Amino acid sequence: MIELQGLTKRFGANTVLNGIDLAIAPGERIVVIGPSGTGKSTLLRCINFLDRPDAGTIRIGDLTVDAARATKAQILALRRRTAFVFQNYALFANRTARGNITEALFTVRRLPRAEAEGRADAILRDIGLADRGDAYPAALSGGQQQRVGIGRALALSADLMLFDEPTSALDPEWVGEVLDLMRRIAEARQTMLIVTHEMQFAREIADRVLFMEGGRIVEEGPPAQLFESPRDPRTREFLRRVR
Amino acid sequence: MGPLDLDYMLGLVPVLLRYLPLTLGMAAGAMVLALALAVVLAMIRVSRVPVLDRLVQGFVSFFRGTPLLVQLFLFYYGLPQIVPAFAAISGIQAAIAGLTLHFAAYMAESIRAAILGVDRSQWEASQAVGMTQTQALRRIVLPQAARVAAPTLLNYFIDMIKSTSLAFTLGVTEMMGAAQREAAGSFRYFEAFLLVAVFYWVVVEALSFAQRRLETVLSRAYAR
Repeated sequence: MIELQGLTKRFGANTVLNGIDLAIAPGERIVVIGPSGTGKSTLLRCINFLDRPDAGTIRIGDLTVDAARATKAQILALRRRTAFVFQNYALFANRTARGNITEALFTVRRLPRAEAEGRADAILRDIGLADRGDAYPAALSGGQQQRVGIGRALALSADLMLFDEPTSALDPEWVGEVLDLMRRIAEARQTMLIVTHEMQFAREIADRVLFMEGGRIVEEGPPAQLFESPRDPRTREFLRRVR
Repeated sequence: MGPLDLDYMLGLVPVLLRYLPLTLGMAAGAMVLALALAVVLAMIRVSRVPVLDRLVQGFVSFFRGTPLLVQLFLFYYGLPQIVPAFAAISGIQAAIAGLTLHFAAYMAESIRAAILGVDRSQWEASQAVGMTQTQALRRIVLPQAARVAAPTLLNYFIDMIKSTSLAFTLGVTEMMGAAQREAAGSFRYFEAFLLVAVFYWVVVEALSFAQRRLETVLSRAYAR
């Protein structure tokens, strides 16, 4: 079980996250939608402390972290139970595709070489890049880079995978292949929290959709309900505009 | 006075060659020490360690703001008068120490700029996969910063090789000192100093060649 309670983040006088409460069941796939600048990315970034939350608690299994008093060790532990897929891929520029996948397996998980390489082989096949393992990020297309980014996250076998607008930086021609890969991960019932503007995708794979605005979760529900009969006028207004 | 005495110059080649290892050894030793010190200084500056950061700024300011020759004299001739323990230091040791401190100040600034030039996403990605700060720095950020800083650092190394000639003012007989001694004995100043100039030149050219090769290797990962 994963649980956020009262998660709050301020940038100066601006409250970006205003006491977010959220429980995520194992295997649950949640999509977060909402207008830009409403804290969706910040929510994801606060869960693994890329942005340090000002208040609230984060619980993943038996690990509970109080944001106001989080120690370095707790933050590290939290990051080791989550995986993050970045909008701009953020691949390690000095590592090959394969190296991006194995890096944390060596340095963080301390896996023996053979095991890490074996896992990398399997993941490279999964993400359809078995023949590009030795390519550096600069030599890969945007879609390929993001698939490596997802592969790197997959390799961690995290309790929770966080996707921060994974297709927003992609040329339209590469969006499909990335969404296909995410769809397969969702089908394997990996616990996922996804921020995206791909409404059709959200409708297909989400167990639950959250609509965020002004640093709060305004409305949530199964995709059919939220997309077909939104209750809150702000949700309705947003959905009307993105359609 | 007279025409260039080529035979004399040729005869001097093996003499100067005997001192080449000392010149290169001092430069290599000082380079390794300076690089290590510069990385530490750069890290202190990048992570803005309180107090230490200010001390490093003062250190860099002093060693960049005063001539190397003055620094060498200050350490070798001046310091032992105040701190007697320093009297035991040899000219070679003092030269290496002086070169180390002087060039570390310059290199720290290059390394700091190179680290700050690495995209923030590289830090974030390292953190997101659960690396510690040290792991992120050692495995992801420093290697990328090294590629940016390498040409500048090698330029400092070239500068350092030439600056070892100042050790001769501390009584060290390295290549320059040997040339000076030979010239003083034969009065063939032009030949001796021309030859020692050629020696430095050849060494620096060899290094420039290595530098170009290294840059090709380091940028391999970034080729499209």
